[in-house]
Amino acid sequence: MNSLKNALREIKRYPSAIIGFIIVMMLVALAIFAMIKIPYPEAIRLWRGGEEVWYMNPKNAPPVWYNWFSKSKLPESFVVKAGVDEGFTKVVTTKPDGSSTINFEYNFTFDYDVFPPEVFLYFNTKFDQRQPFASVSMLTPDGTEIMIGDFGIPTKYTYRFSQDDRFITRINRIMGREMINPVEGIFAVPQSDPSIPLKGDYKLIIKGVTFEEGSDIDAEFVFHGRVAGWFGTDHNRRDLSVAMLWGAPIALAFGLLAALGTSLLSMIIAAIGAWHGGWLDELIQRITEINLVLPFLAILIMVGTFYSRSIWIILGVTIALSIFTGAIKTDRAIFLQVKESTYIEAARAYGANDFRIIFRYLIPRIIPLLIPTLVQAVPAYVFLEASLAVLGLGDPVLPTWGKVINDAETFGALYKGMYYWILQPAVLLMFTGLGFAMLGFALDRIFNPRLRGM
Amino acid sequence: MTSELSEKEVPKVESATSSSIKRIARFMGFRVIMLIVTIVVGVYATILIANMGGYVDTIMRNNIRETTIMEVAQLTANKAIAPEARQKMVQDMINLEEKRLGLDTPFVIRSFKYLWNGLRLELGRAQYMVSDSGSRTVRLILLERLPATLLLMGSSQLILFFVSVFLALMLSRSYGSFWDKLVIALSPTSAAPPWFYGIFFILIFAAILKVLPFGGMVDSPPPDTTIGYVLNVLKHLILPASSLIVAALFFSIYNWRTFFLIYSSEDYVEMAKAKGLNARDIERRYILRPTLPTIITNFALLLIGLWTGATITETVFLWPGLGRTIFRAIGYYDTAVIVGSTIIYAYLLAFTVFLLDFVYALVDPRVKVGGGNN
Repeated sequence: MNSLKNALREIKRYPSAIIGFIIVMMLVALAIFAMIKIPYPEAIRLWRGGEEVWYMNPKNAPPVWYNWFSKSKLPESFVVKAGVDEGFTKVVTTKPDGSSTINFEYNFTFDYDVFPPEVFLYFNTKFDQRQPFASVSMLTPDGTEIMIGDFGIPTKYTYRFSQDDRFITRINRIMGREMINPVEGIFAVPQSDPSIPLKGDYKLIIKGVTFEEGSDIDAEFVFHGRVAGWFGTDHNRRDLSVAMLWGAPIALAFGLLAALGTSLLSMIIAAIGAWHGGWLDELIQRITEINLVLPFLAILIMVGTFYSRSIWIILGVTIALSIFTGAIKTDRAIFLQVKESTYIEAARAYGANDFRIIFRYLIPRIIPLLIPTLVQAVPAYVFLEASLAVLGLGDPVLPTWGKVINDAETFGALYKGMYYWILQPAVLLMFTGLGFAMLGFALDRIFNPRLRGM
Repeated sequence: MTSELSEKEVPKVESATSSSIKRIARFMGFRVIMLIVTIVVGVYATILIANMGGYVDTIMRNNIRETTIMEVAQLTANKAIAPEARQKMVQDMINLEEKRLGLDTPFVIRSFKYLWNGLRLELGRAQYMVSDSGSRTVRLILLERLPATLLLMGSSQLILFFVSVFLALMLSRSYGSFWDKLVIALSPTSAAPPWFYGIFFILIFAAILKVLPFGGMVDSPPPDTTIGYVLNVLKHLILPASSLIVAALFFSIYNWRTFFLIYSSEDYVEMAKAKGLNARDIERRYILRPTLPTIITNFALLLIGLWTGATITETVFLWPGLGRTIFRAIGYYDTAVIVGSTIIYAYLLAFTVFLLDFVYALVDPRVKVGGGNN
């Protein structure tokens, strides 16, 4: 107890240990937050989801905080559902003959310097025979009302502004030229070339008509901006926050389990070998030498390619291949020393069996030395998982930081200037690595008598 | 010590020398046998793993069946041919292809054949991979990539080794100074692997500053003149080599520095200081000399480590080295290439270990060979 207190006091003398500890704790907090915020099955569903899950996001959009650093403000993506989200009002007026008018209105501010790539409406309607009808228009800050389109609405309907020919013709007339991005015309000063954004309050107006009793219209307004979410989106419109958050528990689990499994197993095997001596000790040493010849990374890649990319299989193989390495030799050397201590002799004298001596007397002696090694080993395994993912051998299901880097690499994020895509997971990986390395490093200097005061 | 005493000891020392030669010989013989066993078991384990214990055969059989059926369907597309005849054609072609790849003999037998061939360094032929010169010989495929890997790994690892040993020696002299503390503070940065720094370097120097290339080994088309070619390769070398160096530098310096510090706090060093020897002499005679075996061991292991290449760094920088070739070989299920590379590594490692053992047994008085409990 006293030695633990001493150790704690000692840790306080190392600022790097404290910083490392804080980083590790923050990661643990992030991991817990991720698991509570997005439960595991939900995270998998979101990460594997396609258009139907992520339709509301633009592709490859940087995170919203890009705007804090750039002079020209990029429009933020948003999606609002009528009647659910505040500001998107839905007013139903029913006539005696059963038909009704449903009016939607949504006010939003556009004060950005760049135009949105796409804007569209999602409709969900209920009807028996006659489908409802809607006409959409936009009230711009200069008071003009731009007619966008009118159409009958099937049960499920996506109305993309830029794909309506009549809307394109109208916009081209307003702007006085052929528009490449017709949506630009809504938010630009009329006749301006190149387009100047018209900043101010806009109002989306949808006038719906239903012709039957019980018929209804539900609308969703999807505004694809140039930035989206706190972490941006990838090529599949996926919100990267899923991977950024869930990367933490996966990285921690992989790193800690691999480090723990490897160091505990090699310690136990080293203890048994050192205590038993003879052929067993010899065998363990020979296996260690053979293991030195085996190509570690190549075997992992082979397992990933031929057999399974499941993170648990990879974890098992990693541990199996890491048991018989230098660590077992270091442990063995210490055990051989400890074996000769008088208290072991005393234990033998009172008749303790091998099991008891190994687990009660030998192993506890080297635990203080084990802790720093264990903590220091974590980053290596965290990065190993990321490395395999960068080679395209990441777990096919799980959202991990390494896989995001791999996606970004594959789609040329660095060439195309989508730095956020690669930098965010990289920075998180770096923090994880640094946190454990700093903590382990300081612990090593505290617990390892050889290094004390050096 | 009196001269009388030392004279008496002389014959004893001589007999000790002859017996120790015998001991060394016995020890080395034992080592050779052990190393051979290690190589054989290690290589056989790699063969088993590279074939997934025969599972790769199944994958390849399925591949052959699939492609053959497609081929036959294409060949007979416009011909009236009986289904039985077509079936027979498919089966014949499958048999032929399986025979070509040796799939008609059971895996266990083949695995021992691979082992025997591999141990004689007959690396055989690749199944799918082809060297740039068009050869299927594994030896050529590997040799072709060797220069690129040696250039990248050699330059980075040698610089890393010498810079860190040199700086570590300087730091161990000025223990506790600002630079010493800085290196200690920076050593956790080595937790990240080289490819990780590579990404940052590409981002800064290739994407933003646009002064260095994103990857590859030479521009396409390559420059005409030899000097231009060399300079161009060097330009491509800067980023991957520096990410390999930077990733390991600070931890390496820290390790060597601690190592030197441990040796410079030995009693005999204090003694030398007390005698008033100058710092240079102390360093050379009392610190460097006892640490030399460790330095040599590390250097030797570094040299053979060059062979394995740096798979991921090479992949990130599109460097055409051995590491990437192995990675591609795995993608093609081309076990001959994987096993070939492992065999060469095993031989290099065993040979180096043997050589080091031998040299130390001869040179280092502290290594007691097979002395037993006397």
